[in-house]
Amino acid sequence: MEEGFFAAFLVVIAFACLIIAGKTYDQVMAFHTAIGSLAAAAGAFIIFRNYFEDRVPAPQEIGGKPNYNLGPIKFGAWAAVFWGVAGFTVGLIIALQLAYPVLNFDLPWTSFGRLRPLHTSAVIFAFGGNVLIATSFYVVQRTSRARMPGSIAPWFVILGYNLFIVIAGTGYLLGATQSKEYAEPEWYADLWLTIVWVAYLLVFLGTLWKRKEPHIYVANWFYLAFIITIAMLHIINNLTVPVSVFGTKSYILWAGVQDAMVQWWYGHNAVGFFLTAGFLAIMYYFVPKRAERPVYSYRLSIVHFWALIFLYIWAGPHHLHYTALPQWASTLGATFSIILWMPSWGGMINGLMTLSGAWDKLRTDPVLRMMVVSIAFYGMSTFEGPLMSLRSVNSLSHYTDWTIGHVHSGALGWVGYISFGALYCLIPWLWNKKEVYSLKLVNWHFWISTIGIVLYICAMWVSGIMQGLMWRAYDAMGFLEYSFIETVEAMHPFYVIRALGGALFVAGSLIMAYNLWMTVRHGEAEEAEALPAGAMAPAE
Amino acid sequence: MNESYETVASFAQTWGLVYFVVLFAGVVAYALWPRNAKRFDDAAQIPLRED
Repeated sequence: MEEGFFAAFLVVIAFACLIIAGKTYDQVMAFHTAIGSLAAAAGAFIIFRNYFEDRVPAPQEIGGKPNYNLGPIKFGAWAAVFWGVAGFTVGLIIALQLAYPVLNFDLPWTSFGRLRPLHTSAVIFAFGGNVLIATSFYVVQRTSRARMPGSIAPWFVILGYNLFIVIAGTGYLLGATQSKEYAEPEWYADLWLTIVWVAYLLVFLGTLWKRKEPHIYVANWFYLAFIITIAMLHIINNLTVPVSVFGTKSYILWAGVQDAMVQWWYGHNAVGFFLTAGFLAIMYYFVPKRAERPVYSYRLSIVHFWALIFLYIWAGPHHLHYTALPQWASTLGATFSIILWMPSWGGMINGLMTLSGAWDKLRTDPVLRMMVVSIAFYGMSTFEGPLMSLRSVNSLSHYTDWTIGHVHSGALGWVGYISFGALYCLIPWLWNKKEVYSLKLVNWHFWISTIGIVLYICAMWVSGIMQGLMWRAYDAMGFLEYSFIETVEAMHPFYVIRALGGALFVAGSLIMAYNLWMTVRHGEAEEAEALPAGAMAPAE
Repeated sequence: MNESYETVASFAQTWGLVYFVVLFAGVVAYALWPRNAKRFDDAAQIPLRED
C-alpha cells in the first residue's frame, strides 16, 4: 500500500519532470527537472526492485524491544557532517571575498551575491536541517519506544530533503532565486519541500501515535512545534505564481510592505522555530542523556515551551524599524522581543542547571562542555537580540556588521555547538560504539572553534559599531563626515580577523569529520550486555 | 461602524493583554498543579530509561 503509493507518485514526478525538461526554454529548469526526473526514477526503481525481491518488512520489535529504524538517521547524520563542512567552507570563502574582493573572480557563479545564499542555506537548512531531521527521528523513536511507521516514508523524507538542498544550492549558483532572504529557492523547489515536509510531519506524528510511553517527552513537543510552524511559514512566505511551469521565475502574491512583513514574519520565526525550538529539542534530550541526569525542572520546561511558541511568532516586525511598516507594528515586534527574554533565559537556566551536582563532568567530558557552552551562547545571543530590537539601538546596529556578529554568536555558538555535541553522541550510539574515537580530538575541536567564534564575533562587534557610528557622524556644517567607501576601508582589518576566525571554525569541523569517521571505522564496540542473553556466551 | 486605527489598537491592547495573561496563568497552573507532579517527574526520566 505505502510502496504502491510512493511508486506511483515517483513515476508521475519522473514523467512530469521529463516533460518539463523537454519543453522548457530555461536552462536552469532543464537542469533541475533532469535531476528531479532521474532521482524520482531511481526511487521508483528501488521500490519496484524491493517488491519483486519479496523483501520482508522489518519487524516492529525484536525480543520484546522496539526495533528502531536507524538507516535514515545514519544517512542524515552524515549528510549533516558533509553539508556542515561544505557550508562553513563557503562561509570562509565569502568572508575572504569581503576582505579581498578580487576573490570574486569576476564570474557570475562565484560572485558574493550568489555564494552568500549558498552559505546561509547550506549551514541553516542543509547542516541544521539534517541535524534536526536525524535527531528528531532518533529522539521520537527512543522516547516513544516505538519504530517509525512506514518503510519508504522515512527514507523519502531524508532523501527528498537533501534533493531539495541540491536543487536550491545549484539554483543559487546558476542565478535562480526569488530574492527573499532565507527563502531564496524558486517555486518548484518550494513545492517539493512542501511535499517532503508533509511526509516528515506524518512520520513524526505516526511515531507519537504508536508510542508505548504514556507521556510525550518535552523534546518531542519542541520538534513538533518546529515541524508545524516551519510548514506554515514556508507556505505563506512562498505563495508565488510562476510565470510559466516551464520556467524558474515566479512572482509573490504579497505586495509592498505586506510582502516585507510576511518575509520577516517568516525570517524571524525561521530563527525562532528552526534555529531555536528545534535545537532546544536537542538540548532537552542530549544534555540529560550525556550528563546522565534528568532535566533540572520538567515543570519549567513546560512553561518554557508554551511561552516560547506563543511569544516568538510576534517578534518579526523588529526587522523593519524605520521602514514603511506602521510604527505600532514595529513597537509590537520590539515589545514581544523584550518579553522573549523570559522564556529564553528560563530555557537556558533549565539546560545549564541540569548539570547541577555534576559540574565536574565539564572537566572530563569535552562533548558535554561543548553543549554547555552552546547553552551559554544561547543565553548570550538571546539577551543581545531583544536589545537590538529596540528602535534606539536598532538605529545604530541595523544594516551594520553588528547584526552579522549577533547572528553568528547564535549560529556558531548555539546552533553549531549543540549540533556538534549531538553528533558526537549520536554517531557512536547509531554504530553501537562505546564513545567517540578520540575525546582528545573533541577537545581540540572545542578550543580551536571557540577561539574562532571569539575572533569572529569580537571583530564584527567592533566593525559594526564603528560602521554605524561612521554612518551617522556629521561635521560642523551638518554634512556627513565620511563617504561610504571610507567606512568600507576602515572595516578591512576586521574582515581579515573575521576570516581568520572562520578558518579556525572550518578547521574544527574538519577535525570533527575525521573523528566521527574514525568512530564508525575503528571505535570500540559497545559492551555485549546490549545483546540478548546467551548470544555472546563464551566458548569455554 | 466607524472602524479606525484607534479602535483596532485599543482592542488589541486590552484583549491581547487578557489573552496572554490567561494563557500564561493556564500554563503555569498546569505545570504546577500538584496532581501532575508525579507524571512530570516520571516524564523527566524518559530519556534515561534504557530499553
